[in-house]
Amino acid sequence: MRKYTDKKDVQKKAYYNDRFYVTPQVAKLNPQEDAVFAEDIQMLESTFTINEAYIQLGHLVVYINAVDNKSVLSFMKDELGYEMLIEHSAMDWLAKRGEYEIFYELLNLQTAKRLRLKMYLKKEAALESVQDIFRSADWSEREMYDMLGVKVNNHPYMKRILMPDDWQGHPLLKTYPLQGDEAASWYEVDKIFGKENRHIIGPENRDSAMIDRYDTKRFARLGHEVNFGVTIGEGQEPITEVRYQEDGGVFLVKKLDPAKTKTITDRDR
Amino acid sequence: MQHKNRLKPFFENINFDREDNKMVINFGPQHPSAHGQLRLILELEGEQVTRAIPDIGYLHRGMEKMGENMIYNEFMPTTDRMDYIAASSNNYAFALSAERLMGLEVPRRAQVIRMILLELNRLMSHLFWLATHALDVGAMTIFIYAFREREYILDLIEDYCGARLTHSAIRIGGVPLDLPEGWLARVLVLMKKMPNDIKDYEALLDQNRIWKMRLEDVGTISTEMAKSWGCTGVMLRASGVNWDIRKEQPYELYNEVEFDVPVSDRGDSYARYKMYMEEMRQSIRIIEQLVPMYAKTDRALMAHAPQYISAPKEQIMTQNYSLMQHFVLVTQGMRPPVGESYVGTESPKGELGFYINSQGGPYPYRLKVRAPSFWHTGILQDILPGHYVADVVTIIGSYNIVFGEVDR
Repeated sequence: MRKYTDKKDVQKKAYYNDRFYVTPQVAKLNPQEDAVFAEDIQMLESTFTINEAYIQLGHLVVYINAVDNKSVLSFMKDELGYEMLIEHSAMDWLAKRGEYEIFYELLNLQTAKRLRLKMYLKKEAALESVQDIFRSADWSEREMYDMLGVKVNNHPYMKRILMPDDWQGHPLLKTYPLQGDEAASWYEVDKIFGKENRHIIGPENRDSAMIDRYDTKRFARLGHEVNFGVTIGEGQEPITEVRYQEDGGVFLVKKLDPAKTKTITDRDR
Repeated sequence: MQHKNRLKPFFENINFDREDNKMVINFGPQHPSAHGQLRLILELEGEQVTRAIPDIGYLHRGMEKMGENMIYNEFMPTTDRMDYIAASSNNYAFALSAERLMGLEVPRRAQVIRMILLELNRLMSHLFWLATHALDVGAMTIFIYAFREREYILDLIEDYCGARLTHSAIRIGGVPLDLPEGWLARVLVLMKKMPNDIKDYEALLDQNRIWKMRLEDVGTISTEMAKSWGCTGVMLRASGVNWDIRKEQPYELYNEVEFDVPVSDRGDSYARYKMYMEEMRQSIRIIEQLVPMYAKTDRALMAHAPQYISAPKEQIMTQNYSLMQHFVLVTQGMRPPVGESYVGTESPKGELGFYINSQGGPYPYRLKVRAPSFWHTGILQDILPGHYVADVVTIIGSYNIVFGEVDR
């Protein structure tokens, strides 16, 4: 039987972990320690439910309920002066808690303060689009859906943005392997040769580190050249001299004599 | 009959044969003035654009995914491939975000070197922008001139780190190398020459009738729109917002050098052109101030933090414990504390930042790249309608988008 491997997280893992190592935490400060943030958090608390708030590395991090996202963001833009949505995306916590973690990175141009609005969103739930408040969310939400499969309601043009329209799966999920899944290995084969020719072509090898020295169709061997498609094995690679120019030279080009070359060390400026 | 699975031209529900006067055309994905792989689906009425849909993703390499499967130091050369016109600024943005997460103190000499590199990259990027943008608009001479000066800067960068395009010249915690002998003198020679060159470009373009006709009041972005679309850098400053991260949230030694931030309230392509020219002058000014600062620093180049950063080479080769620790850091990677960091930096294109969420492992749990060009491409869908087809080229050029960064 094949050995069981957990498919919930196929990302690269550390091969060694010290049992006694306690990972330190980046300090979380009380929002009251900063005058501007204290005021912001007070105004937010009076209107909305806030689950958690702290300052980390100069950013005010605020956790709210996902259903409030639109009202909180428009409040932040109009009342608190966070006029720019700098970044917006999500994190995959599906295996651990069945939720996405959404973050909005906001910037206040007047006070030069940055705020990160965060919320948890159930896998089946959908987020409300905020593209009419911040136009930049138009593309961010499309990217978030494309990469992680977060559903967004009321977006005018919800379509994949980076991957092709007919792609299967969402690449930034932890369940998605780095080199693509089964569907990815057939995607281009189906496009170019047609589905009915799968058995002739075979799946695409998407491992960028793959090297096969005896594959004479896809790999060159400098100094050991053989004809295309020839079957070779160990010890069957002839030594072929590497020459950069034909004997006797070609028209207008002199044969390079390394002894007569001159290397310019410093350009005359 | 369209076969969905075959590679035949089939366009997603776009009706190319229209009954009305409108025509739908594909601009790209291979178009010389799209500055990379941009496909614009334009709906035209006569020569006027009525609808524009930018389609990106042709250069998507999944860098965020790669970053989540690599140790922090391994990811550094990958960042080069984002904004490949100014590679060091990507290296820097990633290094800075990771440093803040680990709370590293970068030695002063490394800070000076980093700043010189960043400003040289800004010059390089702006020169490249000027050259290609002018070429798109039809000014061939300026292309040759700007590329000549860019070549000198490339030579300097090559002398420092050995690479011309993908520098990887910055490490988490400092810089790997000290400046070579006589390098600063050569930088100064170039900095003395550059203002004259910029004057030459301006003499060719500033009052050039064709240049003005094609740039003035083309691609105008209002202040509201720039803020709403998350435009940063020159795009925001040309629309009347005085915002430069180097001034407002200074990193490195930007609070110790003097420079001005050019702002314009016109928001059109000509305003952006003037901004770029002025920014080049300011970069020269910053570099000239940095050169004397270098001499006053001591030799350390990398932060001293044995938990995260390897000891200097000399120590690794002589001391057993440093060697062991270096081995662990190279094979297993550094493990930043649990937390998240995002630091915006003023890259030549706008605000570039890396959002890193660390769960204490050697791989980031989530890495999100905030690339300015992504939104500068997005805004095309709101800006292009109303413009003429010829202006589309000017606008794409003027927004200074690089597709390595848009698609990542």
